[in-house]
Amino acid sequence: MAAPMLRWGCRGRRWAFARVDGGSCHRRGAPTGSTSNQIRGESSVAQQPLHTAQKTRKGEHKWAAVVGLEIHAQISSNSKLFSGSQVRFSAPPNSLVSFFDASLPGTLPVLNRRCVEAAVMTGLALNCHINKKSLFDRKHYFYADLPAGYQITQQRLPIAVNGSLIYGVCAGKKQSQVIPKTVRIKQIQLEQDSGKSLHDNLRSQTLIDLNRAGVGLLEVVLEPDMSCGEEAATAVRELQLILQALGTSQANMADYEIQRQINELENGGEILNETRSFHHKLGCTMSMRDKEGKQDYRFMPEPNLPPLVLYDATSLPAGADPQQVINIDQIRETLPELPSVTREKLVQQYGMLLEHSFTLLNEVGLLEFFQNVIKETRAEPKKVTSWVLNTFLGYLKQQNLAVSESPVTPSALAELLDLLDSRTISSSAAKQVFEELWKREGKTPGQIVSEKQLELMQDQGALEQLCHSVMEAHPQVVMDVKNRNPRAINKLIGLVRKATQSRADPVMIKEILEKKLSL
Amino acid sequence: MLGRSLREVSAALKQGQITPTELCQKCLSLIKKTKFLNAYITVSEEVALKQAEESEKRYKNGQSLGDLDGIPIAVKDNFSTSGIETTCASNMLKGYIPPYNATVVQKLLDQGALLMGKTNLDEFAMGSGSTDGVFGPVKNPWSYSKQYREKRKQNPHSENEDSDWLITGGSSGGSAAAVSAFTCYAALGSDTGGSTRNPAAHCGLVGFKPSYGLVSRHGLIPLVNSMDVPGILTRCVNDAAIVLGALAGPDPRDSTTVHEPISKPFMLPSLADVSKLCIGIPKEYLVPELSSEVQSLWSKAADLFESEGAKVIEVSLPHTSYSIVCYHVLCTSEVASNMARFDGLQYGHRCDIDVSTEAMYAATRREGFNDVVRGRILSGNFFLLKENYENYFVKAQKVRRLIANDFVNAFNSGVDVLLTPTTLSEAVPYLEFIKEDNRTRSAQDDIFTQAVNMAGLPAVSIPVALSNQGLPIGLQFIGRAFCDQQLLTVAKWFEKQVQFPVIQLQELMDDCSAVLENEKLASVSLKQ
Repeated sequence: MAAPMLRWGCRGRRWAFARVDGGSCHRRGAPTGSTSNQIRGESSVAQQPLHTAQKTRKGEHKWAAVVGLEIHAQISSNSKLFSGSQVRFSAPPNSLVSFFDASLPGTLPVLNRRCVEAAVMTGLALNCHINKKSLFDRKHYFYADLPAGYQITQQRLPIAVNGSLIYGVCAGKKQSQVIPKTVRIKQIQLEQDSGKSLHDNLRSQTLIDLNRAGVGLLEVVLEPDMSCGEEAATAVRELQLILQALGTSQANMADYEIQRQINELENGGEILNETRSFHHKLGCTMSMRDKEGKQDYRFMPEPNLPPLVLYDATSLPAGADPQQVINIDQIRETLPELPSVTREKLVQQYGMLLEHSFTLLNEVGLLEFFQNVIKETRAEPKKVTSWVLNTFLGYLKQQNLAVSESPVTPSALAELLDLLDSRTISSSAAKQVFEELWKREGKTPGQIVSEKQLELMQDQGALEQLCHSVMEAHPQVVMDVKNRNPRAINKLIGLVRKATQSRADPVMIKEILEKKLSL
Repeated sequence: MLGRSLREVSAALKQGQITPTELCQKCLSLIKKTKFLNAYITVSEEVALKQAEESEKRYKNGQSLGDLDGIPIAVKDNFSTSGIETTCASNMLKGYIPPYNATVVQKLLDQGALLMGKTNLDEFAMGSGSTDGVFGPVKNPWSYSKQYREKRKQNPHSENEDSDWLITGGSSGGSAAAVSAFTCYAALGSDTGGSTRNPAAHCGLVGFKPSYGLVSRHGLIPLVNSMDVPGILTRCVNDAAIVLGALAGPDPRDSTTVHEPISKPFMLPSLADVSKLCIGIPKEYLVPELSSEVQSLWSKAADLFESEGAKVIEVSLPHTSYSIVCYHVLCTSEVASNMARFDGLQYGHRCDIDVSTEAMYAATRREGFNDVVRGRILSGNFFLLKENYENYFVKAQKVRRLIANDFVNAFNSGVDVLLTPTTLSEAVPYLEFIKEDNRTRSAQDDIFTQAVNMAGLPAVSIPVALSNQGLPIGLQFIGRAFCDQQLLTVAKWFEKQVQFPVIQLQELMDDCSAVLENEKLASVSLKQ
């Protein structure tokens, strides 16, 4: 189908309303042409007075911000929510458009089973009550990339309700402590995505790509239980991990936006509660009750879709065709491990701190990397954790690389940790080896160690000889140690290490020196 | 040959008395002769001839596809037909050529039927006269029948004879006229509030509205999704059953079709005895506006059943009087929603205005829809407004449930089939009809038919007798949901008893001068 073009006179000023009000009209991202905006969010901030005093003087109120979110995650499915069109990114414009997607008159929606299963799975993972019967509604508004003039969604009776999401917020002096928080989930609903409008301002045209039109979305509505943008961001991250673990959505964060707006409504007005929504183009919030911006979506039941009925083990009709029914209990049994369980296991199995488990899961691919290292090395899990989270992740962050882009493979790090574990090299030599590995020159840790002669000196006699020489060369330091300044021994250790080009184990040096100094 | 029933001509085809191509050409020539009826918007001559050729090959090879192979049919112009313009009699869809066939169209073609063309209707099926389409009104073939003309000669008051042509009823008036004038053997209509049964009654045909969910709506351009059903117009009940047999059954493209398998072939037993039958007469259908002729035929029909041993009882459908207003709310609300897609962007009409997208939408829709459609969109959007939704839409839905329950209660009381009038009176002259606006007309004319759509029940209008004016009058039978076969079986028995006369059009077909004169008059009335 040819992309229809149309002129654009008033610079989109009026369009803005479709984007702004109603809260749940998620779409309308800037036309970046991004191919991976699979999760989009919209926040609304409501100010609630902490005191309920009727009339107060200016400055007497204390205001607390509450953040609620509506997250739109694109469902990972081969075909769209109500049509057989393929779901694929970066396909040529308008190449994945069925007659239904283009809203040709007379076409009807047919619900995609996979999308329903994804919604049930997500609902279960988020501790929701799954509605055995849910309904579809039409939400009307005119927009060029919404060909039917309405979006099919679940406004009245969504597929899942009343869930909760537990996420961890960092606290404490160094932000090293994780405090669990809960946000209630109001509902999860199935709905259609819209197409994309590409605005060609030069030629005053809007081009429409309907490839995305009709793709299944999960709208997850989080109650305003979060108190700041940071909490909201953490909660969304946790949701993203859950969706990825379930495989119900890739939940990429490309186009995701969270905005918080805390206004100090200390102007003496009598506004008690107001919901505002953030307008990303204007960069400020707008009142949703703004008369000019008011849009009535004229919801009505979708007459072409019967109620969506789900079953469980007790309600499943005898002799039902498994292809024709969805069994909630069966889906529950196939739920994969959720991030919270994975973290718990990490803490128990490897004795790591809870916050470390958070970090491991939060970085895409990091957990897998860690597990691969663990598999191949004899080193202690704690050692591995420390190396992966401090050294490895530090290098990645410094260069802004993803785990998948790392020049160091899990096997190389495992080998390096083995060398360290067997005391073949010192930990400072290990750092040196790691730095060499990062240069991506194709050498194994073993090769680097032998080329750079970084092995620890294992020869006791030679080491004793060296210690002796150092003591003789620095009598003043020896005197200091003997005159009850035990710390001075560190200076001697340092001198010996220097003489060995850092190849000696400081613990061994210390032992020899202590013996020689008869401490 | 053209005057025969579908079943008879099917037998003739099988016996080689006539070939599909000959039959097709006869129909095409009659379509041309009766062009002034304005029954067809598009005549798909080439397609039909090609289909006839293929059908002929099958017959020669002894590979006939069944009863419908080689049978000329017509389809209302609100069913999508692949490669054939589908307009809904609206400027909005002029020039729109769907890339796919409606399921019902595809099923007919799969059975070997020949598609003669697309028939006229009220714009987007909104009307009860087939007078409000962009291609002009449809004329009732009975206007030119010997029966009607002779009666008119006896009437001293009739002067301007030829301008007094009658409406067909609607909105499937084109389909009714096409079957009534013998240009095809069966036609598809659609039925949302009576749009198939009403013109059937006015044109002396069998008009059948199947149970909601029995026949796929995929490809039918919707009026009210929750009430629309493809309808069947034929000259006898058996023919309707043959077509129903081809159409009924679940469609994966329409989630509202039911999965119960349909017994095929869809045969109607000949009922020998009605003594086990209970016929219900809804007392609320006896309204003051009902013409005395229709009322008398209605009671005669009840007497007939009783005299043949059936139990005939009065039943009550107490919420009937709320039906029209309830329908108005639900219909306009769905119309407002369904029409939202016609924005000029993807298909159909687009205006020249390009100062902004919204200005383009507004002008396109103003130019594309007639006043009736625009009026319904406006009311529907009003009912769906947040502040009105509870008071109108939700309330109307509750009333709809009460109306549906009325029927359930009647059937639960032991009634098998309800017997009612189909229309208040026989067809009226066009000039009479347009004295009232579309909304008033629809509200009056749908009175006996539209509650059935609310309840999703099967119903059929059967021609009973000619009025004093020589015009057909139909009565309606209403059955239990999905008891379509039982309903048609009763209808078939009744049809046999009443022996409705065949329309006598010979004079008209021979008299070309009358045709020309009428064509002139048609163009005059179009300008009004």
